Amino acid sequence: MSTNQPAFQPKKKSQLSGLIATLATSAAAVVLALAVGAIFILISNDNPVDAYRALLNGAFGGRRAIAETLVASTPMILGGLAFAIAARAGLFNIGIEGQLVMGSLAGALVGAADLGLPPFIYVPLAIVVGGIVGGIWAAIAGVLKAKSGASEVITTIMLNYLAFRISSYMLTAAAEWLSLIDVLQQATKKVVPDARLPILLDGTRLHAGLIFALVAAIVLWYLLFRTTFGYKIRTVGLSQGAAAFAGISWGRTIILAMFVSGFLGGMAGAIEATGLLGRHYDNRAGYGFTAIAVGLVGRNHPLGVIVAGILFGVLRSGANGMQNEAGTSKELVLILQGLVILSISALAALEFRRRQKRVRIEPTPPPTAADQAPQGAQA
Amino acid sequence: MSDFFDLFLLKTILELSCPLIFAALGGLLSERSGVINIALEGLMLIGAFFSVVGVYYFDDPWIGLGIGLIASAVGATIHAVWCITFRADQIVAATAINLLAGGMTIFLMQRIWSQSGQTTQVKKLPEFWGTVSILVPISFVSVFIVAFLLYRTKPGLRIQAAGEHPQAAESVGINVTLYRYACVIASGVFAGMGGAYLSIGELSMFTRDITQGRGFIALAAVIFGNWTPFGALAACILFAGSQAFQIQAQATGLGISSDLLLALPYLLTLVAIAGFVRRSRPPAGLGQHASTD
Repeated sequence: MSTNQPAFQPKKKSQLSGLIATLATSAAAVVLALAVGAIFILISNDNPVDAYRALLNGAFGGRRAIAETLVASTPMILGGLAFAIAARAGLFNIGIEGQLVMGSLAGALVGAADLGLPPFIYVPLAIVVGGIVGGIWAAIAGVLKAKSGASEVITTIMLNYLAFRISSYMLTAAAEWLSLIDVLQQATKKVVPDARLPILLDGTRLHAGLIFALVAAIVLWYLLFRTTFGYKIRTVGLSQGAAAFAGISWGRTIILAMFVSGFLGGMAGAIEATGLLGRHYDNRAGYGFTAIAVGLVGRNHPLGVIVAGILFGVLRSGANGMQNEAGTSKELVLILQGLVILSISALAALEFRRRQKRVRIEPTPPPTAADQAPQGAQA
Repeated sequence: MSDFFDLFLLKTILELSCPLIFAALGGLLSERSGVINIALEGLMLIGAFFSVVGVYYFDDPWIGLGIGLIASAVGATIHAVWCITFRADQIVAATAINLLAGGMTIFLMQRIWSQSGQTTQVKKLPEFWGTVSILVPISFVSVFIVAFLLYRTKPGLRIQAAGEHPQAAESVGINVTLYRYACVIASGVFAGMGGAYLSIGELSMFTRDITQGRGFIALAAVIFGNWTPFGALAACILFAGSQAFQIQAQATGLGISSDLLLALPYLLTLVAIAGFVRRSRPPAGLGQHASTD
């Protein structure tokens, strides 16, 4: 099923105006969401202007605050990229949260195992292992869709719950046979210093994960728009029929797209574990769901996702400041995420229809008689 | 003794089926009219939360249930406006509603009760046979009502037409938009009922993320049940059975980790969807729009 309207029209002439319309839509959606969010702030008897000012202050007020904002942006960017690549292939990956958990668990276990490797090998190894585990986890949904047509929307959600259970099991009962678990902390043992991502800015928590996220965005941009693999993904996403006509294997492409998507999600988890937290904990930050909003606001374009990821990083890191300074519950940020998705989906649909009006498309042909067999007959 | 045990297991399965059945009926109505509804999870949460809010302020579980159902119907109306009128992507819109429901319930819980884990205790709906909520028999009766509506009444046949071939339905004068709106809003009421069962039928409070993915499992039951009321019912009972097994196994201490047992319903859902989806056929017009203007 199509999960996104193509962000850029194929016609060269309208590409610039399309880009401007796309950016305007994203910006309008964010403004709209903040406006509706203000109603919720009013409901809770607070002043929206004060609350939003406190939010901005929390995100940008000083060197440490800015560092925290970038720390929060890192998993957002990676998660947004994960969503974007799947969406480009016409897949809706709601399972990023689970892939993140699996990647964090795997990365932390590798990091805690003290393999005695030098940091420049050990750090990337932990992150890549996390990515591969997340990728395999996502690829399960891809295989199921390719082989039996099972909707990835349902399967990735079920895989989320399974990942949460696996994580919970690994941090408790698995301690019987695995020495890398710290049962008292309900976490893995600490990632050894040689496997920790270095800190970029002294006195802050800003770690090198941000660089991984930015590089991943550029690599993904190249992959999507400059390689055959990217071409295949985009073709499959636009039309399964056209892809088949062009000799592209739909099944193989969506499995690979899911793997790359899960790899990015797993990487986000492993980077949280080896960069920020130093362990894998069982409490979930919910970045995997924010990733959907990040991807949509970034219009599933890797460079757009960087901007959107930072935007949601601002919301996330400003939320605490807002709660402390203005007394507005930080759960408001969750509401804002939902509102952003809601407004962008409406605006994108309206924009899409406006463009469609200019280029009339023939209505879909009526299905054959076989398609109209009475439903009750099969029950 | 063993009779008592079997009866207890039966009771557990019936109770666990109840919220799934309500949500599945909602999903069934929405999807048979042609609108994909993965917002069931969020709508259940909204129903569960606002039922407790209603009981808290009016001190009457029936009024509370009414308020919960109105709230989830409003949530479903948003989904309908987005999917039918705006023609937004149905999965994206539903995901937004799920996120909104998750955030809003906790936000308002903090506002009203000043805590973010759970609300205070409120009155429950009436119970019989020990602790079985009145909503349990209502859920089973609802299956028959929905089946009758869908297969034996004029509106039901029109709903099916809207879901199978919206253009054709429109060309013979069926108001596809109207029927779809009605079905999506009804799906909100059903999902809200399932949520209310969890908060004021089974427990007597709302807890954070009380639905635990039941809305998604219910949707899987609809697919597994081949988009038919009784098929969905059977699938719900199957999924509830796996949950009951998990509870039994934990109670009797089979020596299996509780986390692995808790994973069972989700694993079963995954296997069911993957293994049986080929044999099931969605409404042909699912996700399609009526006219191309």
